[in-house]
Amino acid sequence: MFKNITIGQHYPIESFIHDLDPRVKIVITFLFIISLFVVNHFAAYLFVILFLSTVVILSKVPFLMVLKGLKPILIIIIITFLINVFMTSGEVIFSLGPLDITKEGLRQAGFMGLRLILLIMGTSMLTLTTSPILLTDGIESLLNPYKKIGLPAHELAMMMTIALRFIPTLMEETEKIMKAQKARGADFESGNIFKRAKSLVPLLVPLFVSAFRRADDLAMAMEARCYRGGENRTRMRQLGITKKDIYAGIFTLIYLGIVIYSRFYW
Amino acid sequence: MVIMDKNSNIKKENIIEIKDVSFKYGEEEELAVKNVNLNVQSGEFISILGHNGSGKSTLAKLINSILLPFEGNVLVKGMNTKDKEKLWEIRSTAGMVFQNPDNQLVGTVVEEDVAFGPENQGVDPKLIRKIVDESLKKVDMFEYRKRPPHLLSGGQKQRIAIAGVLALNSDCIILDEPTAMLDPEGRKEVMDTIKMLNKEQNKTIVLITHFMDEAVEADRVIIMDEGELKLEGSPRDVFSKVEQIKKYGLDVPQVTELAKELKMEGIKLSDNIIHVEELVSELCQLK
Amino acid sequence: MSIKIENLTFKYSEGTQFETKALDNINMEIKKGEFIGIIGHTGSGKSTLIQHFNGLMKPEEGDVIVEGKSLKNKKTKLKLIRQTVGLVFQYPEYQLFEETVYQDVAYGPKNLELDEKEIKKRVKYALELVGFDYEEIKDRSPFDLSGGQKRRAAIAGVLAMKPEYLVLDEPTAGLDPAGRNEILGQIEKLHKKSKITVILVSHSMEDIARLVKYIYVLNKGKLHMEGTPKEIYSQSEELKRIGLGVPQIVDIMKELKEKGFEVNTNIFNIQDAKNEILKVIRSNENV
Repeated sequence: MFKNITIGQHYPIESFIHDLDPRVKIVITFLFIISLFVVNHFAAYLFVILFLSTVVILSKVPFLMVLKGLKPILIIIIITFLINVFMTSGEVIFSLGPLDITKEGLRQAGFMGLRLILLIMGTSMLTLTTSPILLTDGIESLLNPYKKIGLPAHELAMMMTIALRFIPTLMEETEKIMKAQKARGADFESGNIFKRAKSLVPLLVPLFVSAFRRADDLAMAMEARCYRGGENRTRMRQLGITKKDIYAGIFTLIYLGIVIYSRFYW
Repeated sequence: MVIMDKNSNIKKENIIEIKDVSFKYGEEEELAVKNVNLNVQSGEFISILGHNGSGKSTLAKLINSILLPFEGNVLVKGMNTKDKEKLWEIRSTAGMVFQNPDNQLVGTVVEEDVAFGPENQGVDPKLIRKIVDESLKKVDMFEYRKRPPHLLSGGQKQRIAIAGVLALNSDCIILDEPTAMLDPEGRKEVMDTIKMLNKEQNKTIVLITHFMDEAVEADRVIIMDEGELKLEGSPRDVFSKVEQIKKYGLDVPQVTELAKELKMEGIKLSDNIIHVEELVSELCQLK
Repeated sequence: MSIKIENLTFKYSEGTQFETKALDNINMEIKKGEFIGIIGHTGSGKSTLIQHFNGLMKPEEGDVIVEGKSLKNKKTKLKLIRQTVGLVFQYPEYQLFEETVYQDVAYGPKNLELDEKEIKKRVKYALELVGFDYEEIKDRSPFDLSGGQKRRAAIAGVLAMKPEYLVLDEPTAGLDPAGRNEILGQIEKLHKKSKITVILVSHSMEDIARLVKYIYVLNKGKLHMEGTPKEIYSQSEELKRIGLGVPQIVDIMKELKEKGFEVNTNIFNIQDAKNEILKVIRSNENV
């Protein structure tokens, strides 16, 4: 049951977007998110959609895959939409009992809904085209300058890597322990919230015990392989800016310029 | 009792020297390892046998400088494990593979994991690529280099762990019950890899196990019990002591036991049969 | 009364290109009081199969009938099925969670909503059944026990449900020979003493050969062979072909036969082998 959950799912193919330096992709994603909040009327969304479509087409990721990213937060999108529909005052066009649907409300709801959808699609493009390790590498590299003020960039990245490595293992383990306790008559599904919380004890205790044991083993294995923190450490994969990254950067800047222009001069 | 290896008069360099070593955990009274003396020659394949709690894993950790002796000294290629400055060199020389295949892989992708060691050693990135590819080819896992470890079988994971040690460029590989959690297929995969590394790559192997059929493959077998070395010698010599081995909570290969039982019935057989073919051919001559 | 498996098929990732049959039209009937073995290598479907025995997995195609109750029938109470069929998973010690052994073993009976007196009776019964001294063990922390003891305590946790069928998945995995013998010995005693039906799942031929009366061999989700140990081991070539080993004794007897030694090859333990070989040699001497 847990095996179906993929975290930061990655779509491993080769494309222009996949080839970009992860740092460049992280920064572009960041700029893209900012651009979404700069946009203040529908027409300007055209540029956003155009930009995102270009990225999707270049990435060769099937559009359906990108849409799938919306599924887990569909409920949030709907709630946002409904709140905006009913909570905005203005010219009433339709009444549903005590609730009024206004022209402004519909506009606002559409606007916010679209923003949320584009936001999710944009960020999922980052995870779809970048493997978790590259993402970690990128984050570490971007945080490196802050090491001087005491930010543990290497340690954070190592923690992320280990978490990514062990999430599937621990998921599998959770399922195993759950089944083992069910075989002893455990019931994880029924009862009120307190009963349910209590029923988790036989699952959580073995899970924690095992996680600590794994951590102990892993620490020893890492030491045995000469791990001594980030100092003097090299990386097999070197990040490097190529021409592709420069083109992508220029393209993004032009896009950002247009969006800003549209806000202030339209 | 210590039985001397018949070949021990041939001079060879000792890669590991354990001298009068004792060890105890924390405040415990009981010594986990008691006054152990053991030399391992370069290129040798030794296996250390003993039941759980016999001190064999502790001994392995003492060689890799994960634990330091309470008394005595451990030398790896002449470097004392107590010498803090040599720590990383010792760990590079004597690499370790642990029991649980799930708990020793760090990387989220196979090749990332193999690169972990050389990255820690500060090897030049271009060279790491080469080392990783070569190490993976040696354990025949090159085609799996892009896979996440959790989708591999137990035997495959252990081979990745072995590749990780090869990438450290270790002369000596210490394996602490590497097959205890594997199925028969996985065990065979790992044992074949170990034997290949010993024969073809001339790696010194220290195999800690409680499977007799694995120990039989070694040049020399050491039996530990209650933290002490009890028996030492060629597999043939050691396994001929069926009664003694059983006393230490271990098994002997079925063929050895059968040979011994037949001998007791007056059948004329050699003293130290450890392979099926040996017993069969000797019995055929009697016919 | 029995556990009856009828045309059971189970598919993973149904409807996608990754669709694989974990179980493919399995039919078997395990009668009360039997001691049977299920053998297969990793991925042969044995774990999926045994999870159908106690309703952890529901039959998608075909049916599982436990003591006359179909798991397909919505009225069948799963809780009751799980009490009838006790399932001990691999490495069961990882499910221990309570502060004392007593409380941990009592977890199952508590879930059955039994009264304190009955719970106490059952805990005592279960702990003694796996060879513990009740008074000595009950207040100890399960986390302070040795590996073999932990496993026995975990098995007691299932036995306290008073199941009529006990399914054990790889009960000796990861244990040393002494631990293996201890667990298998306890299981054998258990079967004799409490008349409980035991279903032993393993990839170790040696373990199975010693204990069970009837063997089912799974391969790629299919029931590949079934029969008494003698019948199964007589097909050692076929077993090896599907990735399973045979006890060394089986190999010895086969080789002898091939070399013209007129021995019976239906033998898989040392005592029988000894007697058979002696018989042949002595009859030759007399001629």
